[in-house]
Amino acid sequence: MIEAQNLWKHYGDHVVLERINLKVREGEFITMVGTSGCGKSTFLKLLLGTEGATRGTLTLDGNPVPDEPGLDRGIVFQQYSVFPHLTVLENVTIARAFEHSPLLGRLFGSAKRQAEDEAREMLASVGLASAEKRYPHELSGGMRQRLAIAQALIRKPRILLLDEPFGALDPGIRADMQELVLSLWRKHKLTVFMVTHDIKEGFYLGTRLWVFDKTRYDPQAPHAYGATITYDLPVGHMDRALYEEIDDRLHPVPA
Amino acid sequence: MKRLVNLSPSRPWALLLGLIPLALVLALYLAGSDARLTENPNDKLLPSLEQMSSALDRMALQPSKRSGEYLFWTDTAASLQRLGLGIGIAAIIGLLIGLLTGALPAVNVALSPLLTVFSLVPPLALLPILFIVFGLDELSKVVLIVIGVAPFIARDLQKHTLEMPREQLVKAQTLGANSMQILFRVLLPQIMPRLIDAVRLSLGTGWLFLIAAEAIAATDGLGYRIFLVRRYLSMDVIIPYVAWITLLAFLLDMALAWLSRRLYPWHHKGAAS
Repeated sequence: MIEAQNLWKHYGDHVVLERINLKVREGEFITMVGTSGCGKSTFLKLLLGTEGATRGTLTLDGNPVPDEPGLDRGIVFQQYSVFPHLTVLENVTIARAFEHSPLLGRLFGSAKRQAEDEAREMLASVGLASAEKRYPHELSGGMRQRLAIAQALIRKPRILLLDEPFGALDPGIRADMQELVLSLWRKHKLTVFMVTHDIKEGFYLGTRLWVFDKTRYDPQAPHAYGATITYDLPVGHMDRALYEEIDDRLHPVPA
Repeated sequence: MKRLVNLSPSRPWALLLGLIPLALVLALYLAGSDARLTENPNDKLLPSLEQMSSALDRMALQPSKRSGEYLFWTDTAASLQRLGLGIGIAAIIGLLIGLLTGALPAVNVALSPLLTVFSLVPPLALLPILFIVFGLDELSKVVLIVIGVAPFIARDLQKHTLEMPREQLVKAQTLGANSMQILFRVLLPQIMPRLIDAVRLSLGTGWLFLIAAEAIAATDGLGYRIFLVRRYLSMDVIIPYVAWITLLAFLLDMALAWLSRRLYPWHHKGAAS
């Protein structure tokens, strides 16, 4: 589905990514880890279309990835993903309004009710059924990210891009959110790319783990070489219970 | 004893401490006025409260002997109309330019240099040109306010539009929004409370240009009256007029603040993300 051939990305003299070659099949769940500034977010931007490759090709179904964001690639950022001036329900229905009302971006009458019903269903599936009238600033960080996910999925993208979506959340809430993403990934048959700085999260979630790192380094010119994918590991998805069992055995809690 | 930096007075104390300086200024004025009037009952510089209230009574509650109008109210109406028109038109122009230059890089490239140059021209220096081009009537005064205020509003809104998180624009695009929809559903609603803020900040400048224009060429208006009676040293009219203008400015500001909280509650409750 997605293929990169000898992909490079520079900002001026600063090489961020180099020699990236990969193939991704439909339905994979890829987690990307690496030190900060290693280019994993840049790679996500290349997929999103807000940045273009300097050299090489990045293709989606054989065609170059479009050079602007579009419907087939949904996104959830770490923050600023939802619209602060709209209620929870409006944040989701606005996607349908964009679809059916090209000039005003507003829905009326039966079209509006239909969009609202659909949005309520989506909100229920992320656990926000009771919050539809609230504004984002009235939600907790976890609820806001749930909203961002519901919003991203309403127009049924094939690819879901997650840019450290749980980076600002508490560990307990993060575990709930990971469960949520996994269940939505299966339900909607998505291809997911997720950037995370939490290696544990990278190992636990998904089907495939990429580690971004520099293989060449020149101390006199730290920007001369970019990062590439140093590890491309298949990750067997484990049950949460099994994971906790193993985790407990490795790090026993002192009684 | 707490450090001074940690000492914040409780509500009644805060009110009292806030009123003391105001009361002090009033007391100083009254004492000065009293002292001058005992020395010379015809002194015009520091009129007493009675003199001011009788002047106000003459201006506001009795028809003028010459025209039969209640001058205080016709002045107020004339000034508020000019100010309202000027600020209103400036707000619309400022919103359009600010939003479009902030949201559309192509428009920004085309208009930014013009906007920068225009906002550096001192508006009062243009007043003679406005009088020549638009005549001495209402139009030139309204245009002066527009020229004085619109560039400020435009630049302020442009800045806020540019500072809008990129993430929101990208998100809207992944939901299938076109440029129009992003402008009207994502950017415009979030820029509206900023517009009200900008209008509140520019009202002071608006009054400045209004009174300047009225002082130079007008037949009514609060600024016109103040500069007219200056010739007779009528401090008993000038001081109540200035107090009235201050009160009007205060009420306008309060009304806009209330409107903004009412219409855009999400803006005021720290909508961070």
